[in-house]
Amino acid sequence: MTLADEKRREALSLYIHIPFCLKKCSYCDFLSAPQDEETRERYVRALIREIRSRKNWAEETGRHVDTIFLGGGTPSVLAADQISRIMEAVHVSFDVGKDAEISMELNPGTADQEKLRAFRQAGINRLSMGVQSLQDQELRLLGRIHNTGQAKEAFLMARKAGFDNVNIDLMSALPGQTFSSWADTLTGICAWEPEHISAYSLIMEPGTEFAALQDAGKLPSLPDEDTDREMYRYTEDYLAGHGYRHYEISNYAKPGRECRHNCGYWTGHPYLGLGIGAASYVDGARFSNIADLKTYLSYLEPADEEALSGEKMTDLPGSESPPGSTAWLEGICTDRHVLTEEEKIEEFMFLGLRMCGGIEKEDFERRFPGRALKDIYGKVIHKHLAQGVMEETEKGFRLTKRGIDISNYILADYLL
Amino acid sequence: MQKEITQDKIRNFCIVAHIDHGKSTLADRMIEKTGLLTSREMQDQVLDNMELERERGITIKSQAVRLVYNARDGQEYIFNLIDTPGHVDFNYEVSRSLAACDGAILVVDATQGIQAQTLANVYLALEHNLDVFPVINKIDLPSAQPEVVREEIEDVIGLDASDAPLISAKQGLGVEDVLEAVIRNIPAPDGDPDAPLKALIFDSLYDSYKGVIVFCRIRDGRLRRGTKVKMMATGASAEVVEVGYFGPGQFIPCEELSAGMVGYFTASIKNIRDARVGDTVTESERPCAEALPGYKKAQPMVYCGLYPAETPRYPDLRDALEKLQLNDASLFFEPETSLALGFGFRCGFLGLLHMEVILERLEREYDLDLISTAPGVVYKVYKTDGTMIELTNPSNLPEPSSIDRMEEPIVNAEIMVTTEFIGPIMQLCQERRGRYISTDYIETTRAVLKYELPLNEIIYDFFDALKSRSRGYASFDYELKGYEESKLVKMDILVNKEPVDALSFIVHADGAYERGRKMCEKLKDEIPRQLFDVPIQAAVGGRVIARETVRQMRKDVLAKCYGGDISRKKKLLEKQKEGKKRMQTVGNVEIPKEAFMNVLKLDTQ
Repeated sequence: MTLADEKRREALSLYIHIPFCLKKCSYCDFLSAPQDEETRERYVRALIREIRSRKNWAEETGRHVDTIFLGGGTPSVLAADQISRIMEAVHVSFDVGKDAEISMELNPGTADQEKLRAFRQAGINRLSMGVQSLQDQELRLLGRIHNTGQAKEAFLMARKAGFDNVNIDLMSALPGQTFSSWADTLTGICAWEPEHISAYSLIMEPGTEFAALQDAGKLPSLPDEDTDREMYRYTEDYLAGHGYRHYEISNYAKPGRECRHNCGYWTGHPYLGLGIGAASYVDGARFSNIADLKTYLSYLEPADEEALSGEKMTDLPGSESPPGSTAWLEGICTDRHVLTEEEKIEEFMFLGLRMCGGIEKEDFERRFPGRALKDIYGKVIHKHLAQGVMEETEKGFRLTKRGIDISNYILADYLL
Repeated sequence: MQKEITQDKIRNFCIVAHIDHGKSTLADRMIEKTGLLTSREMQDQVLDNMELERERGITIKSQAVRLVYNARDGQEYIFNLIDTPGHVDFNYEVSRSLAACDGAILVVDATQGIQAQTLANVYLALEHNLDVFPVINKIDLPSAQPEVVREEIEDVIGLDASDAPLISAKQGLGVEDVLEAVIRNIPAPDGDPDAPLKALIFDSLYDSYKGVIVFCRIRDGRLRRGTKVKMMATGASAEVVEVGYFGPGQFIPCEELSAGMVGYFTASIKNIRDARVGDTVTESERPCAEALPGYKKAQPMVYCGLYPAETPRYPDLRDALEKLQLNDASLFFEPETSLALGFGFRCGFLGLLHMEVILERLEREYDLDLISTAPGVVYKVYKTDGTMIELTNPSNLPEPSSIDRMEEPIVNAEIMVTTEFIGPIMQLCQERRGRYISTDYIETTRAVLKYELPLNEIIYDFFDALKSRSRGYASFDYELKGYEESKLVKMDILVNKEPVDALSFIVHADGAYERGRKMCEKLKDEIPRQLFDVPIQAAVGGRVIARETVRQMRKDVLAKCYGGDISRKKKLLEKQKEGKKRMQTVGNVEIPKEAFMNVLKLDTQ
């Protein structure tokens, strides 16, 4: 089997970034901002050109796409037609598998029945809804544009539009949140019976409106650590009781409904990022697209209007070069770094251990022939087992609940 | 320019003063006036070579310079001016400089009058049989009261101040009067140039090309290139390679140094210890009958442990201390090991300022990152078996059952203060276990408070407290009185039930609870959370008197790992790992080394 054959058999994920929202949320430090309609359209066209430019490479390597994720920002601020055009371009450039998981993030405040139908029609088969809370007061504080009623309505519309795989994003450890307000949110959400629930603890990111408010003493107090951990435990127990399996630090799913795209991140699956700021991991190299919208546009917009209206996208410079290489859309890709084997091993561990199932020895040995887990991490694993933050499974190791609580502290030990 | 220099045209002197009374400025003006440097070449305070000295405006190291003065009588004189430190901690430096002089200029600030160190330094000079004459400085200031100060000098010190020059060193007023007064009031050196060589080493310096540069004052005989010399105390011999005198900031070689002169020589001496400050240099073949008395070696009064923040730099710290010691014989050090801090040194200093200066020099000049333990004094521990040990490191305190009694050093402190602050200062001394002796009024608004104070009560922040409670007006000096029995206990700090040797200290039983409690509180804030609850305890002889708990780490999760941005996640873990590397493990607890430093920085207010 040649190397090319091997690659051909390897699946690829796509991440498509839509850096727009209607209003920046108070806690958000992602690459996203409100923009006018014209800018959004310009971005969509540039994005389509970027997608189309990958056609040669995708065909040559023959990799099929098994998951796609449209994230943001709020991809649903785009018009249905814009999403359709993006998806069309994807299908032109890539061989998208029939059973591919195609997710899109949806802000309940941007949903209407028609739009949702159009999204479904464009091939989106999984929605990730940023509900965050079922307490209006908490939603206001978060700076969300929707309220509880709209969230419920959006969920029902999604079902009606034919989405049978929906995730609900929730946030715990919010300022002013109490144990009972969190429990109420969980109860409410479970009644909807979504297939998947992500429950994140709020992290105060420096530079956000929240951090500034907190520094100024203008936020209600955060739940104390004990309450925070109680919420976390309760979440796990309560959701387990409703048929959701805890499979990653912040993720819960009905059996078989785990997010395949996100699992790919933890297991070293290759993915190609499209749009500004999007991260990629292809052929053992990590790289990112530039984060600056203007530069991105100036690079991808053709010099004359005629070409812009035309659909000749394959004549971009470097479109035949390997992804991330200097010739590959030079000026868009940054921070390209080919991982060494040591780095791959580190990632295998600190990403793999985020999964509740942990890592498997055999898997390790298959990925890194000639290397033994025991030789590299024997001491660390021994320490972690003794500290009770890790436990042995049938095939390998996983973090205990306590270990997950303090996973940053633990996982740092797996850096070589 | 080497003309025949006769002894009667030489004057060897120094300037003594209370800190900030203008000693270094006067030295600068004298250098300028004698034409050694034009004022354009002058940098302020020429003699304060060290960066640190300029910055702090204090003189730490003695410096010597030769001036050639064309006097009003038409004669040319050679002045050897030796600048001395003004701070009480550096009395030892002063003392060794004085040994090279025949007289001293006493500078008194016309606005402040006599201060504590004015007295201390004058007495030191008189002890060395120096002729002292006063100069009243800063007469240009509006608040100057030269006549009042003149009277004060006569009343309090008993020096004739009737023709004391009134000057402003800053503005260059009256500097020539000072130069003339030097000729009049300071005796020319005596000594026989033809007798066997007898020279006092008053300082030295290490130069990587020339070896040790020995600063000396020739009492008898001559010293020139080729002279075979012997150090009388160490017995080391060497052949002189170069002799010379001191230009401002440079060494100027000359033919010969003879009786009465001050200068330097080099003799390819590689080992610092072979040319000990205070030793007498003589000729190998024609030794003098007996050595000069030298002077009393200063005993370190304050001790602390010094450790490199990065363990592999231990040898660098040792080298740096050795080099500093060459320049500063009063610095003492010996290796010690701490469970918490690794390999380091127990160091002895003359006082807290001396300690601070050494620490700063180590960090700046030798680029070392240091951790120092709490400063302590030397305790005398009398054991039940009749023996006595001098305790410089609290960790070495014997079992309580084998201790009969302990004594701590007591100082006689003189605090000069304006009367409005007498109350607050007395209260401060009371808080520091002071024993009141007397209040002497110098004039109606100023008094000298005399107290006996335990040294260990003044080594932390007494200066600062004094300054803040007197709005900067009080000045302070002390000398060791002796040892007295005291109710002392050793306080151990336990982290996760394990004593941390670097944090142990000796404290008076009455203040133990307070200190222990504060220590625990501070440590609690400095120790990062661990996987488990960490108790922090202060204990005296096994009895816990204060306790805090560092609660276990509850949550440290990066929940969202967005859009596959693994690099961001890794950076976060790397930061965490970096933090772990700087930790020292004590009793299963990871403690950053800075924590020790921060806890030991005692602000007892």
